[in-house]
Amino acid sequence: MKIIVLVKQVPDTETNIKVGDKSINEAGIKWIISPYDEFAIEEGLRLREKNGGEVIAVSLGPDRVQESLRQAYAMGADRAVQIKVDNYVPFDTVLTAELIANFAKAENADIIIGGRQSIDSDSSQVVIQVAEGLGIAHISFAVSLEISGTSVKATKEVEGGTQVVETSLPVAITAQKGLNEPRYPNLKGLMAAKKKPIETKTPADLGNPASKIEVVGLEPPPPRIPGRKLEAADAKGYAEQLVKALREEAKVI
Amino acid sequence: MSNVLIVGELKDGELKKISREITSAGRKIADALGGKVTALLIGSGVEKFAGDLGAVGADSIVTVNAGDFNAETWANLVAGVIKDKNPSVVLVPHTSQGKDYSPRVAVKVGAGIVADAVGLSVDGGKVVAKKPIYSGKAYGNFKVTSPIAIFTVRPNSQEVVQKAGAGAAEAASPSAGDAKVKIVSSDLSGGNKVQLAEASIIVSGGRGIKGPENWPVLQGLADVLGAALGASRAAVDAGWISHSHQVGQTGKTVSPNCYIACGISGAIQHLAGMGSSKYIVAINKDGDAPIFKVATYGVVGDLFEVVPALTDEFKKVLG
Repeated sequence: MKIIVLVKQVPDTETNIKVGDKSINEAGIKWIISPYDEFAIEEGLRLREKNGGEVIAVSLGPDRVQESLRQAYAMGADRAVQIKVDNYVPFDTVLTAELIANFAKAENADIIIGGRQSIDSDSSQVVIQVAEGLGIAHISFAVSLEISGTSVKATKEVEGGTQVVETSLPVAITAQKGLNEPRYPNLKGLMAAKKKPIETKTPADLGNPASKIEVVGLEPPPPRIPGRKLEAADAKGYAEQLVKALREEAKVI
Repeated sequence: MSNVLIVGELKDGELKKISREITSAGRKIADALGGKVTALLIGSGVEKFAGDLGAVGADSIVTVNAGDFNAETWANLVAGVIKDKNPSVVLVPHTSQGKDYSPRVAVKVGAGIVADAVGLSVDGGKVVAKKPIYSGKAYGNFKVTSPIAIFTVRPNSQEVVQKAGAGAAEAASPSAGDAKVKIVSSDLSGGNKVQLAEASIIVSGGRGIKGPENWPVLQGLADVLGAALGASRAAVDAGWISHSHQVGQTGKTVSPNCYIACGISGAIQHLAGMGSSKYIVAINKDGDAPIFKVATYGVVGDLFEVVPALTDEFKKVLG
Protein backbone atom coordinates (compact mmCIF):
# COMPACT_ATOMS: atom_id res chain seq x y z
CA MET A 1 0.00 0.00 0.00
CA LYS A 2 1.49 3.33 -1.01
CA ILE A 3 0.48 6.17 1.29
CA ILE A 4 1.27 9.81 0.62
CA VAL A 5 1.01 12.10 3.63
CA LEU A 6 0.91 15.84 3.07
CA VAL A 7 3.04 17.88 5.42
CA LYS A 8 2.57 21.65 5.33
CA GLN A 9 5.01 23.82 7.19
CA VAL A 10 3.33 26.79 8.86
CA PRO A 11 4.29 29.45 11.43
CA ASP A 12 3.77 28.29 15.00
CA THR A 13 0.47 29.55 16.39
CA GLU A 14 2.25 31.51 19.09
CA THR A 15 4.53 33.24 16.56
CA ASN A 16 4.13 36.95 16.12
CA ILE A 17 3.19 37.65 12.48
CA LYS A 18 4.66 40.73 10.81
CA VAL A 19 2.94 41.58 7.59
CA GLY A 20 5.00 42.51 4.53
CA ASP A 21 3.60 43.77 1.25
CA LYS A 22 2.67 40.43 -0.34
CA SER A 23 3.96 37.95 2.21
CA ILE A 24 4.88 37.87 5.86
CA ASN A 25 8.27 38.79 7.25
CA GLU A 26 9.84 35.39 7.95
CA ALA A 27 12.57 36.68 10.27
CA GLY A 28 12.21 35.12 13.70
CA ILE A 29 9.36 32.79 12.77
CA LYS A 30 9.26 29.37 14.38
CA TRP A 31 7.99 26.82 11.84
CA ILE A 32 5.95 23.77 12.70
CA ILE A 33 3.99 21.07 10.89
CA SER A 34 0.39 22.24 10.60
CA PRO A 35 -1.37 20.47 13.52
CA TYR A 36 -3.95 18.64 11.39
CA ASP A 37 -1.18 17.26 9.18
CA GLU A 38 0.27 15.57 12.27
CA PHE A 39 -2.95 13.56 12.48
CA ALA A 40 -2.44 12.69 8.80
CA ILE A 41 1.14 11.51 9.33
CA GLU A 42 0.10 9.40 12.32
CA GLU A 43 -2.75 7.81 10.37
CA GLY A 44 -0.44 7.04 7.46
CA LEU A 45 1.99 5.30 9.80
CA ARG A 46 -0.81 3.30 11.44
CA LEU A 47 -2.17 2.21 8.07
CA ARG A 48 1.29 1.05 7.00
CA GLU A 49 1.82 -0.77 10.31
CA LYS A 50 -1.43 -2.64 9.75
CA ASN A 51 -1.41 -3.15 5.99
CA GLY A 52 2.26 -2.93 4.97
CA GLY A 53 3.58 -0.68 2.23
CA GLU A 54 5.30 2.66 2.51
CA VAL A 55 4.60 6.16 3.76
CA ILE A 56 5.88 9.04 1.65
CA ALA A 57 5.89 12.45 3.33
CA VAL A 58 5.54 15.31 0.86
CA SER A 59 6.01 18.99 1.56
CA LEU A 60 5.90 21.98 -0.79
CA GLY A 61 8.08 24.99 -0.31
CA PRO A 62 11.62 26.35 0.00
CA ASP A 63 14.43 24.43 1.69
CA ARG A 64 13.21 25.25 5.20
CA VAL A 65 10.41 22.67 4.73
CA GLN A 66 13.06 19.95 4.90
CA GLU A 67 12.98 20.45 8.66
CA SER A 68 9.32 19.35 8.70
CA LEU A 69 10.13 16.41 6.44
CA ARG A 70 12.86 15.32 8.86
CA GLN A 71 10.28 15.38 11.62
CA ALA A 72 8.05 13.15 9.51
CA TYR A 73 11.05 10.85 9.05
CA ALA A 74 11.60 10.85 12.80
CA MET A 75 7.97 9.83 13.33
CA GLY A 76 8.48 6.90 10.94
CA ALA A 77 7.96 7.95 7.31
CA ASP A 78 9.79 5.78 4.76
CA ARG A 79 10.51 8.44 2.18
CA ALA A 80 10.46 12.24 2.16
CA VAL A 81 9.92 14.41 -0.89
CA GLN A 82 10.28 18.16 -1.12
CA ILE A 83 8.46 19.80 -3.98
CA LYS A 84 10.85 22.70 -4.21
CA VAL A 85 9.02 25.97 -4.76
CA ASP A 86 11.16 28.86 -3.58
CA ASN A 87 8.53 31.57 -3.82
CA TYR A 88 5.78 29.36 -2.44
CA VAL A 89 2.47 31.14 -1.88
CA PRO A 90 0.63 29.26 0.88
CA PHE A 91 -2.77 30.41 -0.41
CA ASP A 92 -2.43 29.05 -3.93
CA THR A 93 -4.44 25.87 -3.44
CA VAL A 94 -5.07 25.04 -7.09
CA LEU A 95 -1.37 25.17 -7.99
CA THR A 96 -0.41 23.20 -4.87
CA ALA A 97 -3.02 20.54 -5.53
CA GLU A 98 -2.00 20.13 -9.17
CA LEU A 99 1.65 19.60 -8.23
CA ILE A 100 0.70 17.06 -5.58
CA ALA A 101 -1.77 15.28 -7.86
CA ASN A 102 0.88 14.95 -10.56
CA PHE A 103 3.33 13.57 -8.00
CA ALA A 104 0.73 11.12 -6.63
CA LYS A 105 -0.11 9.97 -10.15
CA ALA A 106 3.55 9.23 -10.91
CA GLU A 107 3.82 7.28 -7.65
CA ASN A 108 0.56 5.44 -8.29
CA ALA A 109 -0.47 6.13 -4.69
CA ASP A 110 -3.33 4.24 -3.01
CA ILE A 111 -3.96 6.77 -0.27
CA ILE A 112 -3.34 10.49 -0.02
CA ILE A 113 -3.94 11.92 3.41
CA GLY A 114 -3.58 15.47 4.74
CA GLY A 115 -5.01 17.65 7.47
CA ARG A 116 -8.56 18.97 7.19
CA GLN A 117 -7.04 22.43 6.76
CA SER A 118 -3.75 24.18 7.30
CA ILE A 119 -3.59 26.79 10.03
CA ASP A 120 -2.04 29.51 7.86
CA SER A 121 -4.59 29.68 5.05
CA ASP A 122 -7.53 27.72 6.57
CA SER A 123 -8.72 26.87 3.07
CA SER A 124 -9.72 23.16 3.35
CA GLN A 125 -9.12 22.77 -0.38
CA VAL A 126 -5.91 21.01 -1.37
CA VAL A 127 -6.56 17.35 -0.51
CA ILE A 128 -9.99 17.29 -2.15
CA GLN A 129 -8.65 19.11 -5.21
CA VAL A 130 -5.98 16.39 -5.43
CA ALA A 131 -8.76 13.78 -5.33
CA GLU A 132 -10.58 15.51 -8.17
CA GLY A 133 -7.36 15.89 -10.15
CA LEU A 134 -6.76 12.15 -9.84
CA GLY A 135 -10.42 11.25 -10.38
CA ILE A 136 -10.56 9.32 -7.10
CA ALA A 137 -12.83 9.27 -4.05
CA HIS A 138 -12.36 11.59 -1.09
CA ILE A 139 -13.47 11.50 2.52
CA SER A 140 -13.21 14.79 4.38
CA PHE A 141 -13.11 15.40 8.15
CA ALA A 142 -12.35 11.73 8.92
CA VAL A 143 -12.51 10.87 12.62
CA SER A 144 -12.03 7.12 12.12
CA LEU A 145 -10.67 5.06 9.28
CA GLU A 146 -10.52 1.33 8.56
CA ILE A 147 -8.96 -0.11 5.46
CA SER A 148 -8.89 -3.78 4.62
CA GLY A 149 -7.86 -4.96 1.20
CA THR A 150 -9.18 -2.28 -1.09
CA SER A 151 -12.27 -1.44 0.91
CA VAL A 152 -12.41 1.75 2.96
CA LYS A 153 -14.78 2.49 5.80
CA ALA A 154 -14.66 5.80 7.62
CA THR A 155 -16.56 7.97 10.03
CA LYS A 156 -16.56 11.61 9.04
CA GLU A 157 -17.71 14.73 10.83
CA VAL A 158 -20.64 16.45 9.15
CA GLU A 159 -22.77 19.38 10.21
CA GLY A 160 -24.61 18.38 13.36
CA GLY A 161 -22.96 14.98 13.83
CA THR A 162 -21.17 12.17 12.04
CA GLN A 163 -21.63 9.90 9.03
CA VAL A 164 -20.32 6.43 8.28
CA VAL A 165 -19.20 6.17 4.67
CA GLU A 166 -17.71 3.46 2.48
CA THR A 167 -15.60 3.52 -0.64
CA SER A 168 -12.67 1.69 -2.16
CA LEU A 169 -9.05 2.53 -2.84
CA PRO A 170 -7.59 4.76 -4.11
CA VAL A 171 -8.85 7.47 -1.80
CA ALA A 172 -7.91 10.90 -0.50
CA ILE A 173 -8.61 11.65 3.16
CA THR A 174 -8.63 14.80 5.25
CA ALA A 175 -7.84 14.21 8.91
CA GLN A 176 -9.98 15.77 11.62
CA LYS A 177 -9.07 16.01 15.30
CA GLY A 178 -10.12 12.77 16.97
CA LEU A 179 -8.72 10.51 14.23
CA ASN A 180 -5.76 9.56 16.42
CA GLU A 181 -3.15 10.89 18.84
CA PRO A 182 0.04 11.72 16.91
CA ARG A 183 3.17 10.06 18.28
CA TYR A 184 6.21 12.05 19.36
CA PRO A 185 9.42 11.32 17.51
CA ASN A 186 11.99 9.83 19.88
CA LEU A 187 15.60 10.94 20.13
CA LYS A 188 16.88 7.95 18.17
CA GLY A 189 14.40 8.69 15.41
CA LEU A 190 15.40 12.34 15.34
CA MET A 191 19.11 11.46 15.07
CA ALA A 192 18.47 8.92 12.32
CA ALA A 193 16.25 11.36 10.44
CA LYS A 194 19.14 13.78 10.05
CA LYS A 195 20.96 11.37 7.78
CA LYS A 196 18.06 10.26 5.62
CA PRO A 197 17.84 11.48 2.04
CA ILE A 198 15.22 14.02 1.00
CA GLU A 199 14.20 13.68 -2.63
CA THR A 200 13.44 16.92 -4.44
CA LYS A 201 11.05 17.57 -7.28
CA THR A 202 10.65 20.84 -9.11
CA PRO A 203 7.45 22.23 -10.60
CA ALA A 204 9.03 21.47 -14.00
CA ASP A 205 9.17 17.77 -13.02
CA LEU A 206 5.47 17.91 -12.19
CA GLY A 207 3.92 19.53 -15.23
CA ASN A 208 4.62 23.16 -14.37
CA PRO A 209 1.03 24.08 -13.50
CA ALA A 210 0.03 27.74 -13.57
CA SER A 211 -1.13 29.76 -10.62
CA LYS A 212 -4.70 31.04 -10.67
CA ILE A 213 -4.34 33.34 -7.68
CA GLU A 214 -2.87 36.82 -7.45
CA VAL A 215 -1.86 38.10 -4.03
CA VAL A 216 -3.00 41.72 -4.00
CA GLY A 217 -1.57 42.42 -0.57
CA LEU A 218 -1.43 41.51 3.07
CA GLU A 219 -2.51 43.76 5.91
CA PRO A 220 -2.75 43.69 9.69
CA PRO A 221 -6.10 42.60 11.14
CA PRO A 222 -8.74 45.32 11.42
CA PRO A 223 -8.72 47.09 14.79
CA ARG A 224 -11.10 45.62 17.36
CA ILE A 225 -13.93 47.66 18.81
CA PRO A 226 -12.30 49.08 21.97
CA GLY A 227 -13.31 47.08 25.01
CA ARG A 228 -14.02 47.93 28.62
CA LYS A 229 -14.49 46.09 31.88
CA LEU A 230 -17.87 46.68 33.45
CA GLU A 231 -18.25 47.70 37.09
CA ALA A 232 -21.22 46.61 39.17
CA ALA A 233 -22.09 45.76 42.76
CA ASP A 234 -23.46 42.29 42.06
CA ALA A 235 -24.40 39.78 39.35
CA LYS A 236 -27.73 41.47 38.71
CA GLY A 237 -25.95 44.78 38.19
CA TYR A 238 -23.59 43.18 35.67
CA ALA A 239 -26.50 41.52 33.90
CA GLU A 240 -28.42 44.79 33.55
CA GLN A 241 -25.38 46.58 32.18
CA LEU A 242 -24.56 43.80 29.73
CA VAL A 243 -28.09 43.59 28.38
CA LYS A 244 -28.15 47.36 27.92
CA ALA A 245 -24.73 47.39 26.24
CA LEU A 246 -25.54 44.52 23.86
CA ARG A 247 -28.96 45.87 22.95
CA GLU A 248 -28.47 49.63 22.84
CA GLU A 249 -24.77 50.10 22.13
CA ALA A 250 -23.73 47.04 20.12
CA LYS A 251 -27.29 46.36 18.87
CA VAL A 252 -26.49 42.67 18.38
CA ILE A 253 -29.25 41.15 20.54
CA MET B 1 -20.88 40.47 -19.16
CA SER B 2 -19.73 39.36 -15.76
CA ASN B 3 -22.44 37.29 -14.22
CA VAL B 4 -22.48 35.94 -10.69
CA LEU B 5 -23.70 32.53 -9.59
CA ILE B 6 -24.36 31.86 -5.94
CA VAL B 7 -24.87 28.35 -4.62
CA GLY B 8 -27.39 28.40 -1.78
CA GLU B 9 -27.61 25.91 1.04
CA LEU B 10 -30.51 24.38 2.91
CA LYS B 11 -30.87 22.79 6.31
CA ASP B 12 -33.83 20.54 7.09
CA GLY B 13 -35.66 21.86 4.05
CA GLU B 14 -35.19 25.49 5.07
CA LEU B 15 -33.06 28.14 3.44
CA LYS B 16 -29.95 28.91 5.49
CA LYS B 17 -29.12 32.52 6.31
CA ILE B 18 -25.80 32.18 4.47
CA SER B 19 -27.82 31.71 1.24
CA ARG B 20 -29.29 35.19 1.65
CA GLU B 21 -25.93 36.60 2.74
CA ILE B 22 -24.15 35.44 -0.42
CA THR B 23 -27.05 36.43 -2.66
CA SER B 24 -26.77 39.99 -1.34
CA ALA B 25 -22.98 39.87 -1.72
CA GLY B 26 -23.43 38.54 -5.25
CA ARG B 27 -25.86 41.37 -6.06
CA LYS B 28 -23.29 43.97 -5.00
CA ILE B 29 -20.59 42.34 -7.16
CA ALA B 30 -22.93 42.00 -10.16
CA ASP B 31 -23.96 45.66 -9.89
CA ALA B 32 -20.30 46.69 -9.89
CA LEU B 33 -19.51 44.43 -12.86
CA GLY B 34 -22.72 45.07 -14.78
CA GLY B 35 -24.00 41.51 -14.65
CA LYS B 36 -26.84 39.33 -13.43
CA VAL B 37 -27.15 37.20 -10.30
CA THR B 38 -28.28 33.63 -10.61
CA ALA B 39 -28.93 31.64 -7.45
CA LEU B 40 -28.61 27.86 -7.59
CA LEU B 41 -30.52 25.71 -5.12
CA ILE B 42 -30.14 21.94 -5.02
CA GLY B 43 -32.68 19.77 -3.24
CA SER B 44 -36.30 18.79 -3.43
CA GLY B 45 -39.04 21.40 -3.46
CA VAL B 46 -36.54 24.24 -3.54
CA GLU B 47 -38.57 26.29 -6.06
CA LYS B 48 -40.51 27.75 -3.15
CA PHE B 49 -37.47 29.79 -2.11
CA ALA B 50 -37.23 31.69 -5.41
CA GLY B 51 -39.08 34.66 -3.91
CA ASP B 52 -36.88 34.72 -0.81
CA LEU B 53 -33.72 34.96 -2.88
CA GLY B 54 -35.33 37.31 -5.39
CA ALA B 55 -36.03 39.70 -2.50
CA VAL B 56 -32.33 39.93 -1.65
CA GLY B 57 -31.11 40.45 -5.19
CA ALA B 58 -31.28 37.26 -7.28
CA ASP B 59 -32.36 37.92 -10.88
CA SER B 60 -33.10 34.25 -11.45
CA ILE B 61 -33.12 30.98 -9.58
CA VAL B 62 -31.93 27.71 -11.03
CA THR B 63 -33.31 24.71 -9.19
CA VAL B 64 -31.94 21.19 -9.37
CA ASN B 65 -33.95 18.34 -7.94
CA ALA B 66 -31.72 16.04 -5.89
CA GLY B 67 -31.75 13.85 -2.80
CA ASP B 68 -29.39 13.94 0.17
CA PHE B 69 -26.10 15.79 0.06
CA ASN B 70 -23.12 13.95 -1.39
CA ALA B 71 -19.99 15.97 -2.15
CA GLU B 72 -19.21 14.20 -5.42
CA THR B 73 -22.67 14.43 -6.99
CA TRP B 74 -23.12 18.00 -5.71
CA ALA B 75 -19.80 18.93 -7.32
CA ASN B 76 -21.03 17.48 -10.62
CA LEU B 77 -24.34 19.35 -10.38
CA VAL B 78 -22.73 22.68 -9.50
CA ALA B 79 -20.06 22.30 -12.20
CA GLY B 80 -22.82 21.41 -14.70
CA VAL B 81 -24.71 24.62 -13.94
CA ILE B 82 -21.48 26.66 -14.10
CA LYS B 83 -20.70 25.23 -17.54
CA ASP B 84 -24.23 26.02 -18.70
CA LYS B 85 -24.47 29.55 -17.24
CA ASN B 86 -20.80 30.50 -17.63
CA PRO B 87 -20.59 32.97 -14.71
CA SER B 88 -17.32 34.78 -14.06
CA VAL B 89 -17.85 34.79 -10.28
CA VAL B 90 -19.20 31.95 -8.15
CA LEU B 91 -19.96 32.32 -4.43
CA VAL B 92 -20.25 29.21 -2.25
CA PRO B 93 -20.93 29.02 1.51
CA HIS B 94 -17.81 28.22 3.57
CA THR B 95 -19.71 25.55 5.49
CA SER B 96 -19.08 21.82 6.01
CA GLN B 97 -20.90 21.14 2.74
CA GLY B 98 -19.27 23.98 0.83
CA LYS B 99 -15.82 22.87 1.95
CA ASP B 100 -16.64 19.33 0.84
CA TYR B 101 -17.71 20.00 -2.79
CA SER B 102 -16.15 23.37 -3.73
CA PRO B 103 -12.59 22.00 -4.22
CA ARG B 104 -13.90 19.49 -6.77
CA VAL B 105 -15.91 22.17 -8.57
CA ALA B 106 -12.84 24.41 -8.87
CA VAL B 107 -10.83 21.65 -10.54
CA LYS B 108 -13.74 20.54 -12.76
CA VAL B 109 -14.26 24.01 -14.23
CA GLY B 110 -10.59 25.05 -14.17
CA ALA B 111 -11.22 27.88 -11.76
CA GLY B 112 -9.03 29.49 -9.15
CA ILE B 113 -10.57 29.57 -5.72
CA VAL B 114 -10.16 31.66 -2.59
CA ALA B 115 -11.65 30.00 0.47
CA ASP B 116 -13.08 31.55 3.64
CA ALA B 117 -13.53 35.08 2.29
CA VAL B 118 -14.94 37.61 4.75
CA GLY B 119 -14.80 40.61 2.43
CA LEU B 120 -15.63 40.91 -1.27
CA SER B 121 -15.01 44.03 -3.32
CA VAL B 122 -14.49 44.82 -6.98
CA ASP B 123 -11.34 46.41 -8.38
CA GLY B 124 -10.55 46.79 -12.08
CA GLY B 125 -13.30 44.40 -13.14
CA LYS B 126 -12.11 41.66 -10.76
CA VAL B 127 -13.31 40.59 -7.34
CA VAL B 128 -10.86 41.11 -4.49
CA ALA B 129 -11.46 38.67 -1.65
CA LYS B 130 -10.27 39.49 1.83
CA LYS B 131 -9.69 36.63 4.23
CA PRO B 132 -8.15 36.16 7.68
CA ILE B 133 -4.84 34.28 7.49
CA TYR B 134 -2.31 33.03 10.06
CA SER B 135 -5.02 32.42 12.66
CA GLY B 136 -6.46 35.89 12.21
CA LYS B 137 -3.12 37.57 12.90
CA ALA B 138 -3.16 39.02 9.38
CA TYR B 139 -5.60 39.55 6.52
CA GLY B 140 -4.86 38.83 2.88
CA ASN B 141 -6.40 40.28 -0.28
CA PHE B 142 -6.53 37.98 -3.28
CA LYS B 143 -7.71 38.03 -6.89
CA VAL B 144 -8.42 35.01 -9.03
CA THR B 145 -6.79 35.24 -12.45
CA SER B 146 -8.69 32.44 -14.25
CA PRO B 147 -11.84 33.29 -16.28
CA ILE B 148 -14.05 31.76 -13.58
CA ALA B 149 -13.36 32.84 -9.99
CA ILE B 150 -14.79 30.86 -7.08
CA PHE B 151 -14.99 32.20 -3.54
CA THR B 152 -16.19 30.35 -0.48
CA VAL B 153 -17.69 32.89 1.90
CA ARG B 154 -17.65 32.72 5.68
CA PRO B 155 -21.11 32.72 7.27
CA ASN B 156 -22.08 35.95 9.08
CA SER B 157 -19.51 37.95 7.13
CA GLN B 158 -21.92 39.46 4.57
CA GLU B 159 -24.86 41.75 5.19
CA VAL B 160 -28.29 40.71 3.94
CA VAL B 161 -29.66 43.62 1.91
CA GLN B 162 -33.24 43.77 0.64
CA LYS B 163 -33.04 44.51 -3.06
CA ALA B 164 -35.59 43.20 -5.47
CA GLY B 165 -34.42 41.02 -8.33
CA ALA B 166 -36.80 39.25 -10.69
CA GLY B 167 -36.33 35.92 -8.93
CA ALA B 168 -37.66 33.95 -11.90
CA ALA B 169 -37.31 30.23 -11.29
CA GLU B 170 -36.01 27.81 -13.87
CA ALA B 171 -35.37 24.10 -13.42
CA ALA B 172 -32.16 22.47 -14.60
CA SER B 173 -31.10 18.86 -14.60
CA PRO B 174 -27.37 18.55 -15.04
CA SER B 175 -25.87 15.10 -14.67
CA ALA B 176 -25.20 14.12 -11.06
CA GLY B 177 -22.93 11.24 -12.07
CA ASP B 178 -22.06 8.40 -9.73
CA ALA B 179 -20.51 8.87 -6.32
CA LYS B 180 -17.56 6.70 -5.35
CA VAL B 181 -18.33 7.27 -1.68
CA LYS B 182 -21.53 5.76 -0.31
CA ILE B 183 -23.15 7.09 2.84
CA VAL B 184 -23.94 4.12 5.08
CA SER B 185 -25.51 5.89 8.05
CA SER B 186 -25.80 9.28 9.70
CA ASP B 187 -25.89 10.19 13.38
CA LEU B 188 -26.98 13.77 13.80
CA SER B 189 -27.79 13.58 17.50
CA GLY B 190 -24.52 14.99 18.86
CA GLY B 191 -24.80 18.46 17.45
CA ASN B 192 -26.09 21.81 18.46
CA LYS B 193 -29.68 22.95 18.15
CA VAL B 194 -28.16 26.00 16.46
CA GLN B 195 -25.23 25.41 14.11
CA LEU B 196 -22.04 26.66 15.68
CA ALA B 197 -20.12 27.78 12.59
CA GLU B 198 -23.08 29.79 11.30
CA ALA B 199 -24.60 31.05 14.57
CA SER B 200 -24.95 34.80 14.99
CA ILE B 201 -24.74 34.44 18.79
CA ILE B 202 -22.58 31.88 20.62
CA VAL B 203 -22.48 31.14 24.33
CA SER B 204 -19.25 29.30 25.05
CA GLY B 205 -17.80 27.64 28.13
CA GLY B 206 -14.30 26.69 29.23
CA ARG B 207 -12.51 25.21 32.18
CA GLY B 208 -14.39 27.63 34.44
CA ILE B 209 -17.63 25.69 34.05
CA LYS B 210 -16.00 23.06 36.27
CA GLY B 211 -17.81 19.97 35.00
CA PRO B 212 -20.21 18.54 32.39
CA GLU B 213 -23.14 18.82 34.80
CA ASN B 214 -22.98 22.62 34.52
CA TRP B 215 -23.71 23.02 30.78
CA PRO B 216 -27.40 23.69 31.52
CA VAL B 217 -26.31 27.02 33.06
CA LEU B 218 -24.95 28.10 29.66
CA GLN B 219 -27.59 26.28 27.62
CA GLY B 220 -30.25 28.28 29.50
CA LEU B 221 -28.72 31.52 28.27
CA ALA B 222 -28.17 30.09 24.78
CA ASP B 223 -31.85 29.07 24.56
CA VAL B 224 -33.09 32.53 25.50
CA LEU B 225 -30.83 34.11 22.87
CA GLY B 226 -31.33 31.47 20.17
CA ALA B 227 -27.58 30.95 20.41
CA ALA B 228 -25.31 27.97 19.74
CA LEU B 229 -23.33 26.35 22.53
CA GLY B 230 -19.55 26.42 22.14
CA ALA B 231 -16.65 25.19 24.20
CA SER B 232 -12.94 25.72 24.59
CA ARG B 233 -10.39 22.99 23.99
CA ALA B 234 -9.89 22.62 27.77
CA ALA B 235 -13.56 21.71 28.23
CA VAL B 236 -13.52 19.29 25.27
CA ASP B 237 -10.24 17.63 26.26
CA ALA B 238 -11.59 17.18 29.79
CA GLY B 239 -14.37 15.11 28.21
CA TRP B 240 -17.12 17.49 29.34
CA ILE B 241 -18.61 17.96 25.84
CA SER B 242 -18.12 16.57 22.33
CA HIS B 243 -15.52 17.94 19.94
CA SER B 244 -18.25 19.19 17.62
CA HIS B 245 -18.73 22.08 20.07
CA GLN B 246 -15.08 23.10 20.13
CA VAL B 247 -14.20 26.61 19.00
CA GLY B 248 -10.57 27.33 18.17
CA GLN B 249 -7.64 26.17 16.16
CA THR B 250 -8.40 22.46 16.40
CA GLY B 251 -12.12 23.14 16.48
CA LYS B 252 -14.41 25.42 14.52
CA THR B 253 -13.69 28.92 13.32
CA VAL B 254 -16.63 31.18 14.11
CA SER B 255 -17.50 34.79 13.37
CA PRO B 256 -20.73 35.52 15.25
CA ASN B 257 -22.05 38.99 15.92
CA CYS B 258 -21.78 38.22 19.61
CA TYR B 259 -19.55 35.67 21.39
CA ILE B 260 -20.14 35.22 25.11
CA ALA B 261 -17.09 33.52 26.64
CA CYS B 262 -17.83 32.07 30.07
CA GLY B 263 -14.97 30.77 32.17
CA ILE B 264 -12.63 30.81 29.16
CA SER B 265 -9.11 32.13 29.75
CA GLY B 266 -8.49 32.90 26.08
CA ALA B 267 -5.47 30.86 24.94
CA ILE B 268 -4.12 31.97 21.58
CA GLN B 269 -5.49 28.81 19.95
CA HIS B 270 -8.97 29.75 21.16
CA LEU B 271 -8.61 33.34 19.97
CA ALA B 272 -7.61 31.94 16.57
CA GLY B 273 -11.09 30.44 16.26
CA MET B 274 -13.23 33.27 17.61
CA GLY B 275 -11.11 36.42 17.37
CA SER B 276 -13.08 37.73 14.40
CA SER B 277 -16.35 37.77 16.38
CA LYS B 278 -17.84 41.23 16.15
CA TYR B 279 -18.61 41.71 19.84
CA ILE B 280 -17.01 39.60 22.55
CA VAL B 281 -18.31 39.34 26.10
CA ALA B 282 -15.97 37.75 28.63
CA ILE B 283 -17.15 36.52 32.00
CA ASN B 284 -14.24 35.21 34.06
CA LYS B 285 -13.16 35.27 37.70
CA ASP B 286 -9.55 35.98 36.73
CA GLY B 287 -9.31 39.63 35.77
CA ASP B 288 -5.88 39.01 34.21
CA ALA B 289 -7.14 36.33 31.79
CA PRO B 290 -6.03 37.06 28.18
CA ILE B 291 -9.65 36.89 26.98
CA PHE B 292 -10.15 40.38 28.45
CA LYS B 293 -7.65 41.74 25.91
CA VAL B 294 -10.08 40.99 23.08
CA ALA B 295 -13.36 41.41 24.99
CA THR B 296 -15.64 44.30 24.07
CA TYR B 297 -17.36 43.92 27.43
CA GLY B 298 -15.57 42.27 30.32
CA VAL B 299 -17.11 41.05 33.55
CA VAL B 300 -14.68 39.96 36.27
CA GLY B 301 -16.97 37.70 38.22
CA ASP B 302 -18.31 34.23 38.92
CA LEU B 303 -20.08 32.83 35.86
CA PHE B 304 -22.36 30.76 38.10
CA GLU B 305 -23.82 34.02 39.42
CA VAL B 306 -23.50 36.26 36.36
CA VAL B 307 -24.81 33.88 33.67
CA PRO B 308 -28.11 33.02 35.44
CA ALA B 309 -28.65 36.74 36.21
CA LEU B 310 -27.99 37.50 32.54
CA THR B 311 -30.43 34.79 31.45
CA ASP B 312 -33.13 36.28 33.71
CA GLU B 313 -32.47 39.80 32.46
CA PHE B 314 -32.68 38.74 28.79
CA LYS B 315 -35.86 36.78 29.49
CA LYS B 316 -37.35 39.99 30.85
CA VAL B 317 -36.44 42.20 27.90
CA LEU B 318 -36.91 39.62 25.13
CA GLY B 319 -40.20 38.39 26.55
